[in-house]
Amino acid sequence: MKLLSLQRHMARAVMTPLTRAERMRAVAPDGRSMRAVANQIIKPNDRLTSFERLEIYNRQYWFRVLSAFAEDFPGLRAVLGGRRFDSMAKAYLIDCPSQSFTLRNLGSRLVNWLQKHPAWAGERQHLALDMARLEWADIEAFDGLREPSLKPEDLASVNPAKLRLRLQPYVSLLALRYPVDELLLQVRKDSDDLDVASNTFNERHKRKRVSAVAKLKPSPIFLTVHRLDEDVYFRRLDREEFAILSALHAGKSLNAAIESALRRSPIAVADRAAHVEKWFHTWSALGWFCRLEKSPKIEKAAARK
Amino acid sequence: MPANRFNGHTDYGIGIGLRSPHYHHILTRKPVVDWFEIISENFMIDGGRPLRILDQILEQYKVVQHGVSMYFGSAERPNREHLQRLKTLVQRTKTPWLSDHLCWGSVDGRYTHDLLPMPYTFEAARITAQKIREVRDFVEIPVAVENVSSYAEFHVSEMTEWEFLNEVAERADCGILLDVNNIYVSSQNHSFDPFTYVNSVPAERVAQIHIAGHSKYRKYILDTHDHPVIDPVWKLYARAIERVGHTATLLEWDDSIPSFDEVHDEALKANRFLASASLATAV
Repeated sequence: MKLLSLQRHMARAVMTPLTRAERMRAVAPDGRSMRAVANQIIKPNDRLTSFERLEIYNRQYWFRVLSAFAEDFPGLRAVLGGRRFDSMAKAYLIDCPSQSFTLRNLGSRLVNWLQKHPAWAGERQHLALDMARLEWADIEAFDGLREPSLKPEDLASVNPAKLRLRLQPYVSLLALRYPVDELLLQVRKDSDDLDVASNTFNERHKRKRVSAVAKLKPSPIFLTVHRLDEDVYFRRLDREEFAILSALHAGKSLNAAIESALRRSPIAVADRAAHVEKWFHTWSALGWFCRLEKSPKIEKAAARK
Repeated sequence: MPANRFNGHTDYGIGIGLRSPHYHHILTRKPVVDWFEIISENFMIDGGRPLRILDQILEQYKVVQHGVSMYFGSAERPNREHLQRLKTLVQRTKTPWLSDHLCWGSVDGRYTHDLLPMPYTFEAARITAQKIREVRDFVEIPVAVENVSSYAEFHVSEMTEWEFLNEVAERADCGILLDVNNIYVSSQNHSFDPFTYVNSVPAERVAQIHIAGHSKYRKYILDTHDHPVIDPVWKLYARAIERVGHTATLLEWDDSIPSFDEVHDEALKANRFLASASLATAV
């Protein structure tokens, strides 16, 4: 058997879902007996059959990807409950196996997948989607690229009608139906507490978390997930703030972004300039904007000077 | 060999794996450590805290990169994004050499995130060696391949594991990261004499040595890196050092990680063997 063919056979077997008892299945995905697949490629030894040797890798694969996935989505686990989350995780990883050299990207397709498979979250579909979006944004913010930040002097000679600001790649803007930011922080706090707690304490905390999820009512929020001094933060935004940032992110010019965001705003016209100034001051202080890319035209002009 | 072309002609001593539970201790106490080995993939990112910590470590310590997902033995071509990110990190760490495993783990663009064993065939040796050369040409530093621990052997194999390792290393003209714990684990799982393996490795190609602990189950041993090094592995290490000389040695401890001092003390046990190797060289 050629190398590629052997690797395809073995990978297919290794990535086949385990049974409920976390053992290797008797039947391979193509309908063949898994024992026959194992016997065809793997030697037995005096202690283990070919099937048992292949099973070591099959189990290790699932233990590894499931634990990495669960580590990345504790909030979604709290929303769905442990048992449903585990089943959902297996279904997701069957449909969306890793396509990256790093486990960091395991959940990159989760939001889209959950949208296509609403049954997993049932009545909590919107809550689950919001939490998955937040947890993925958290991963992106943790190690996303930070470009040089915009400086006030960068704006000195720029026409606001043409100015296009770019958000830092690590910044995510989220419009959410539920205040999942608070829930995720609570889940994390519980998890930290559990590290040092007794069983009774654990049980009490588990009940508390279940009740927190059950009580969570829809209450739309606008949120930025960003990084400051290498820590990830969730920052709530006003509706207008969110609209301006989203428009800038979509490539609109500064003037156009502000105009479209404030068109239907209840903020009094006389107060708008002050609001906009305050928002920009905060966003700039947090370093959310990337330094402007100099166009070849500007660079030529600078060179002439 | 203490310093050779496969480890960038360096003469590193005893290092330990850089792991997040120890970050605070290292950055605040600044313990004396010869060098740290990092898992390349943990730092092949665009920004954030891991890179900031790495930069702080680099200000004070020597760092060597060790990868877990280049999959030299996978039949498919190297992933370009992976290569580019690896090279960017190499430029950051200035690692004198880098290592990854003699294994496969991905096929048709799907990753298992495991170190799957190779079939020991001439075809596999040729493909693997070609890939090692390709990676080395891209990153422009020496590359060493590490023998993995395994739980399965293939019917198609045409040679022993150590013959395969030698075949690949010769064809690729690369270094070897000799993991004596992996040799021990595989020897128990496949019933061969681990000393035959150690004695067969071309000493002049050994760039680095790994030591680690493992977990023993009823019918097999699993390479878990969550225990101290056991005596039979120290004996293999002693034999390896006897053959290859005073070589950069690293203790891997990846699970149930104890305090920094406990890990470092365990690694420093290698000193007694390295000292006798130095003495033998001097005599």
